[in-house]
Amino acid sequence: MSPVTVARQSLIGRRIPKLDAPEKASGQTRYIQDIDLPGQLHAKILRSSRLHARILSIDTAKAAALPGVHCVITAADVPEQRPIGVNKDQLPLKTDRVRSYRDEIAAVAAESPEIAEAALGLIEVTYEDLPPLVDPRLSKQPGAPILHDRAADNVAMTFTYQNGDVAEGEAESDFVVEDEFSLHYVTHCCMGVSGVIAEFEPSGNLTLYSNTQVPFLHKREFAELLGIDPGRIRIIQPPIGGGFGSKLDIYPFEPICIFLAKKTGRPVKLVFSREEEFLASPTRQPVILRLRSGARKDGTLTFRTVRTLHDNGAYTSWGATTPFVMMQTFSSLYRVPHCDYFTEAVYTNNPYAGSFRGYGNLQATFAVEQHMDKLAALVGMDPLDFRLKNAQEPGEVTPQGMHFKSCGFKDCLTIAARRSDYADKRRQYEAERRQPGTVKRGIGIASMLHVGGGAKIYPSDGCGTILKLDDFAHVTLITGASEIGQGSETVLAQLVCEELGVPLDAVTVVNNDTDITPWDVGVHASRTTFIAGNSAIGAARKAREKILLAAAKVTNLAAEQLDLRQGAIVRSEDGQLLMPLAKMLRSLHFSDKAELVITSHYYEPPSQHQDKEFKGDVSAAYAWATQVVELEVDTATGIVRLDKVTAAHDVGRVLNRLGIEGQIEGGIVMGQGYALTEDLLVEEGVCRNPNFRDYKLVTAPEIPEMDISFVETQDGEGPQGAKGVGEAPAICMAAAVANAIENATGVRITSLPFTPERVYRALRAIED
Amino acid sequence: MSLLREIRFTLNGVARQVSVPVTMTALAMLRDVLHLTGTKYGCGEGECGACTILVDGRSVNSCVMFAVDCDGRQVTTIEGIAADAQWQPLRESLVEHGGVQCGFCTPGMVVQASHVLSRDPHADRQAIKRGLEGNLCRCTGYKKIVDAVVAVADAGGKVAP
Repeated sequence: MSPVTVARQSLIGRRIPKLDAPEKASGQTRYIQDIDLPGQLHAKILRSSRLHARILSIDTAKAAALPGVHCVITAADVPEQRPIGVNKDQLPLKTDRVRSYRDEIAAVAAESPEIAEAALGLIEVTYEDLPPLVDPRLSKQPGAPILHDRAADNVAMTFTYQNGDVAEGEAESDFVVEDEFSLHYVTHCCMGVSGVIAEFEPSGNLTLYSNTQVPFLHKREFAELLGIDPGRIRIIQPPIGGGFGSKLDIYPFEPICIFLAKKTGRPVKLVFSREEEFLASPTRQPVILRLRSGARKDGTLTFRTVRTLHDNGAYTSWGATTPFVMMQTFSSLYRVPHCDYFTEAVYTNNPYAGSFRGYGNLQATFAVEQHMDKLAALVGMDPLDFRLKNAQEPGEVTPQGMHFKSCGFKDCLTIAARRSDYADKRRQYEAERRQPGTVKRGIGIASMLHVGGGAKIYPSDGCGTILKLDDFAHVTLITGASEIGQGSETVLAQLVCEELGVPLDAVTVVNNDTDITPWDVGVHASRTTFIAGNSAIGAARKAREKILLAAAKVTNLAAEQLDLRQGAIVRSEDGQLLMPLAKMLRSLHFSDKAELVITSHYYEPPSQHQDKEFKGDVSAAYAWATQVVELEVDTATGIVRLDKVTAAHDVGRVLNRLGIEGQIEGGIVMGQGYALTEDLLVEEGVCRNPNFRDYKLVTAPEIPEMDISFVETQDGEGPQGAKGVGEAPAICMAAAVANAIENATGVRITSLPFTPERVYRALRAIED
Repeated sequence: MSLLREIRFTLNGVARQVSVPVTMTALAMLRDVLHLTGTKYGCGEGECGACTILVDGRSVNSCVMFAVDCDGRQVTTIEGIAADAQWQPLRESLVEHGGVQCGFCTPGMVVQASHVLSRDPHADRQAIKRGLEGNLCRCTGYKKIVDAVVAVADAGGKVAP
């Protein structure tokens, strides 16, 4: 009888359905909204009804007397509270002054959400109005209201970056363009609204059911806020109904819920309404951006000068720090010898921005890629050729210190252009502009650079893994990485299968409990596949080595001659089945010193903290993408219809084709919303459209045809060669749409979004 | 406490009798009284479709329907669709095509897609997109959801009973 042979099977690059999809498709997944603890109370928050005012008095007596109300708190009841946020410039419950309409004044815990809501209506607050400040251009004017004593000039944060000498660059320029770009408020619109459940155990330990994207960082922050040991805080992350960066910072509702749980001694649940989600969760950073760029006659870029003003809003969250990412696009997407960048974030009484997929890069790319088209036209080059001439190449180290070890930028450009027939169509549509008819076609191109190998922003950019092998060859992967719908749990399981030769259903992923999972810096910066993936591979390789060494003893072969395939130990050279993996593990399990719990970590990726001048190789790898947009503009109505998006992404290597397509398609449509339909209207500090009727998300009939190509540059540091991709697909869309509208109509619009009204006005040169 | 009213209706094929406040929405009744949490709150004003249920075979946003209006009707939720073998190909198609990411919109999508296919088992791509227009998804960009439903429609909508 001939020996049984086992072929090597790889899951890498295949279309692997998300592990949690079956339970989600049958409605069984329990999100935070679906969790109720015994004895739980429900909380609601009273928010300011004034934009900017002194609080003269708060009377909670009637609310506290309402049957079913357990506790009403104001700042006076929680003297222990401490400032939160990036600048530590707000208290969860405001003391004597409110600075925006969302400001938290009081909170109620009651038997039901309805009773809590009713109690809010019984709280009496008297205010004395203060002069409002709603235009960031006025924040530094003499006599402007000062919003925080700590910032007498209303400046919340500044960033300066320079390389070369822009004056020299300008002197060398044959063409110079300058424009002001204006980027609006949009918000995450996670389908699952924000929520939290806080419960104190009799020991004083706190368990928090939270949607956070950064559980380990928040443990520390909550501990500081409560003045307790971080070791006494456990954060459990139920499945999250969408993240996109919205859950990277602590927002006041979380500490408020904790205070209520502490006061009442009961579990307290606080869940937003959709209106509250619009009003009291972060936005994307709005930006006023002035860009001046130059080029020589031969098409070489010479310099960029960037001045941006960020409306910081009333308090400081991550939005203020988006310049970290924006400056990378100005300095390093293309080769620019001279760059001068300055950003100021100034306080106003407006909503405040947080982190949002792309983190400033949508705004920066919107400006840079429009200038690339304008300069190409002045130089007299095709916009594609102009980009190719200035595009980064593998091996480049930019003046900002970014080192592009793998770089498929030029491939992205050429593939997206070829597959969309960009060059010919651009000429054709430009020629057709003057033909009769109100519907004009246009095609536009834009590219992006983004971190793809983590981002060394925090002291560590690491992630830990615990890998447990049982005596039936089942693998439990315990990872610090958070799953927010993006599919990290599936990719991490695939990577483990690749090393251990086990089927996907032999892997369970545990990723949602800080008492169990090892440390991780959080799900942000498109880092999870790269960082947590490398960490998981590290643990799996240790396990593999241990198994093969043990198998070598039993089989009298060298470990190097053995392989793990399809749940079996085989001889590498011919795949001959030697023994089932489960049998080997069982014998190991019951031997001395089996140690089948393996730990690994990926502290640190080979990246650098930036210096004070923001120079340094901040990521271990960088992602590149080009997207070409084809659209129609109805010049009679201003309506823009997106027909097709051709995308080429340097993703290092495709790990899960289904998952990565899903990230890119979802990002494209999110970018489409940013460009065309989404607009959080903030007028005099008031959000005018806090609902899905008036805040227009893209719907199924409006999506474009999507043609997606992958450039697989096999990054040397990436897990199986992969790089991060989560944020990339949203970044280019608005810029590509702007360039396509210009191609269709000859009119360049520098403010978002491209609503029918704005396009119509621009076409008639009556832009407001 | 507002006025209570007793109602009887068929929920996922089972006769039910519950007492609900007259001001309560069908969504709140399903989630908070009957503990069927598959139906989601997304907006509370009929704009996002996360709370889609079927009432006498019509798709309804349960957040803008009063619970008392379920009286005497046939109500189907995602839990009913999930237990119904005829919709297994639809659920599997969503999974296989990658139409699920965070999954919060998914129950509403599945219920709505079942409704679209019930009306027209051979619905084409355009009809399916129109049929899902009232269901918002922030993760997937819709393409894979539409692909999943189109694949089931191409296969004849649903398996024979």
